[in-house]
Amino acid sequence: MTMGSALQMALMAILPLSVLAYMAARRRAGADNARGTEFHSPLVYYGWYSCLWVALPSMGLFVLAGLLHLLHIATVPGPVLAGGGVALAAFGLVWSQRAIGRDFRAIQQVEGVVRWALIGASCISILITIGIVVSVVFEAMQFFRLVSLWDFLTGTKWSPETAFLISTGRADGNVATPEFGSLPLFAGTFYITAVAMLVAVPMGLFAAVYMAEYASQRVRRIAKPALEILAGIPTVVYGFFAAITVSPFIVHLAELVGLEAEYTNALAPGLVMGVMIIPLVSSLSDDVINAVPQAMREGSYALGATTSETIRKVVLPAALPGVVSAVLLAVSRAVGETMIVVMAAGLMPNLTWNPLKSMTTVTVSIVDSLTGDQAFDSPQTLSAFGLGLVLLVLTLVLNVVSLVVIRKFREQYE
Amino acid sequence: MASLFGIDEKKLLRRRRAAETRFRLCAIAALVLAGAFLVFFLFDIGRKGYPAFQQGELLVTVNYTTEAHDNPYAAMDPDTVQIVSRSFTRLIPSMMAENSRLIGTTQEIWVLASADTDQYMKGRPNRLKPRHQALVDTMRQEGKARLAFNWGFFESGDSKLPELAGIRAAAIGSLYVLLITLAISFPVGVMCAVYLEEFAPDNRLTQVIEVNINNLAAIPSILYGLLGLAIFINFMGVARSSALVGGLTLSLMTLPAIIISTRAAIRSIPPSIREAALALGATPLQVVWHHVLPLSLPGILTGTIIGLARAMGETAPLLIVGMMAYIPEAPENFSSAATVLPAQIFTWASDSQRAFSERTAAGILVLLVLLLGMNATAIWLRNKYERKW
Repeated sequence: MTMGSALQMALMAILPLSVLAYMAARRRAGADNARGTEFHSPLVYYGWYSCLWVALPSMGLFVLAGLLHLLHIATVPGPVLAGGGVALAAFGLVWSQRAIGRDFRAIQQVEGVVRWALIGASCISILITIGIVVSVVFEAMQFFRLVSLWDFLTGTKWSPETAFLISTGRADGNVATPEFGSLPLFAGTFYITAVAMLVAVPMGLFAAVYMAEYASQRVRRIAKPALEILAGIPTVVYGFFAAITVSPFIVHLAELVGLEAEYTNALAPGLVMGVMIIPLVSSLSDDVINAVPQAMREGSYALGATTSETIRKVVLPAALPGVVSAVLLAVSRAVGETMIVVMAAGLMPNLTWNPLKSMTTVTVSIVDSLTGDQAFDSPQTLSAFGLGLVLLVLTLVLNVVSLVVIRKFREQYE
Repeated sequence: MASLFGIDEKKLLRRRRAAETRFRLCAIAALVLAGAFLVFFLFDIGRKGYPAFQQGELLVTVNYTTEAHDNPYAAMDPDTVQIVSRSFTRLIPSMMAENSRLIGTTQEIWVLASADTDQYMKGRPNRLKPRHQALVDTMRQEGKARLAFNWGFFESGDSKLPELAGIRAAAIGSLYVLLITLAISFPVGVMCAVYLEEFAPDNRLTQVIEVNINNLAAIPSILYGLLGLAIFINFMGVARSSALVGGLTLSLMTLPAIIISTRAAIRSIPPSIREAALALGATPLQVVWHHVLPLSLPGILTGTIIGLARAMGETAPLLIVGMMAYIPEAPENFSSAATVLPAQIFTWASDSQRAFSERTAAGILVLLVLLLGMNATAIWLRNKYERKW
């Protein structure tokens, strides 16, 4: 019997046991109550108390055994574990009945457990962060044992393809050594991000200004959800659109003016990504523009300024920290965006200023090196985690700075 | 009018008015451009995708001879074989083996056209030879070639033959993944939000949790994929490409969104409700369970549905945990290999065959309709049940 099927059988036994515990305790308290003994808590809580005694210790045992197994400390045989769990549950059933009485404060016991469960659920968010950091850092460290951090951050050549030949011992003399210089990847990432920002920031900001300062209630009611639709479209759809419609269009356009463009140019994913990010910029900017006190606008109007002068000279400077925070978040979003670049940008790392040339990004390389049929410990696979680590640090810094900036803004006006 | 300081005031005023108009036009242009993009985008995808909802079919004569049993290509006229889908031809022997009464008969039946024939009938680029094009044209005039509604697209899974590929397997995979995502992120998210809003003392731990959640919401989705690969697959041994690992990964990604929206919903319940319940002797948890949660449920559900819609359209982390393999069958359980709608779209999009591009767009249309439906449900819920206090 495997551990899984043993656990399944144990659970099948524990579930009815806990129902039984609930009903037994509830009935016992109910019977006493009917005889005129006034119980401290509402009766259902006696049932829940007993139920928790059945379910929690055995579940705890299973979780503990699972952890021991995963950490390779010890493996408890399936039948033993299942038997132990059921025995614990049965013990809980008997033990909990003993406590039920007139003065027993079941409600406080149960609420105490629930409160701990709530705290536990809240701590899961911390566990997720730890999980991301640990998984990325741990694998990245293995990678940096093979490739020096300095070469990784400053090298200008990214050609990991031959790594797996060497790691499997199939390399003969004329295989090039794999190179892991991530500079071209980051250059491509920032280039495409910059293109996206050139679209998203002016358009998002203007859209926000229009909706906050000019638009009537009716226009806002239509325009805001319409912009939100842009944010709700899956990125894989944008990627398809960029690759199938925008890229060829750019190539034809470039031909018309006598330039040569590649189908996997950097412009197409950049432009489409920019459009995708417009709602992010506009909704965050909209919020901060609305948070600028009305008195400042009125002061400006009173001095004879036009609406646009008020916006440019008074509202936007006042809202600047919020706008900066929105732009930082947008950059973080663009840097981590994956599907659009996977589908529309190239695979070849390329250090160039020409937006019509093919470029690749960090996220493309991560996907590329993890979707092949490679051994998990080959340097190419591990390189994905090295790139992921840099990506993680980058987005974390951007997010934290953005949070700090917006908090400063809030303190000033709210 | 005499001008002060030598400035022509009329000119200045005109210039300022012009600047005002320019600025305003810019603002409108931004909005109009974004709207135009949306319209063009939807139009473009629709134009590319709608033909896939029709499928070319041909009325052909099939001779179930004994020779055809060994070589199915002998069952039809050599030219016809070229325009009929291989998926039909290669099944002829097994059809004859199953149904022995077929042997020796000649039947005229509607069969699937090959991808190129299908594209030719729709007037799209194709690689059909001129001789076969002429054949299809005559068959059309005789009423032996038609475009019928493509039920197969909804009934079959992925295939290497474009004319046979459908989205059923991916749709069921998506459903499985979403079920797991919902089962994990909804209870945990709501519990976390309840704790932070109703119970948490203002201490270090609480602050750490809050900053954490905001950060998690902004971490690129692909990093969740790395977490899924390193922790769930390599450390915990969950099956690669299974709905389980996909759902676990997405539930971690959706969790912050659900927590944030649930907190907002709980915060909108006025304190007087809580105070009234507490004054009547309810315990803090009873206040939450009997009053706060039922009152904020519409808001919580709205946030959850929107979060799930995001998860449903997510692709990058699922590629990392291996959900892009060629999987023609719908998953049988949570640990068998599965694919999801966006991953299917990605796989089709990277296929070089022309007819797949049409399928891709059609898959996108289905995905968009589903997402729109989910979001519309969320908005409807909010409008119907949300109370203003």
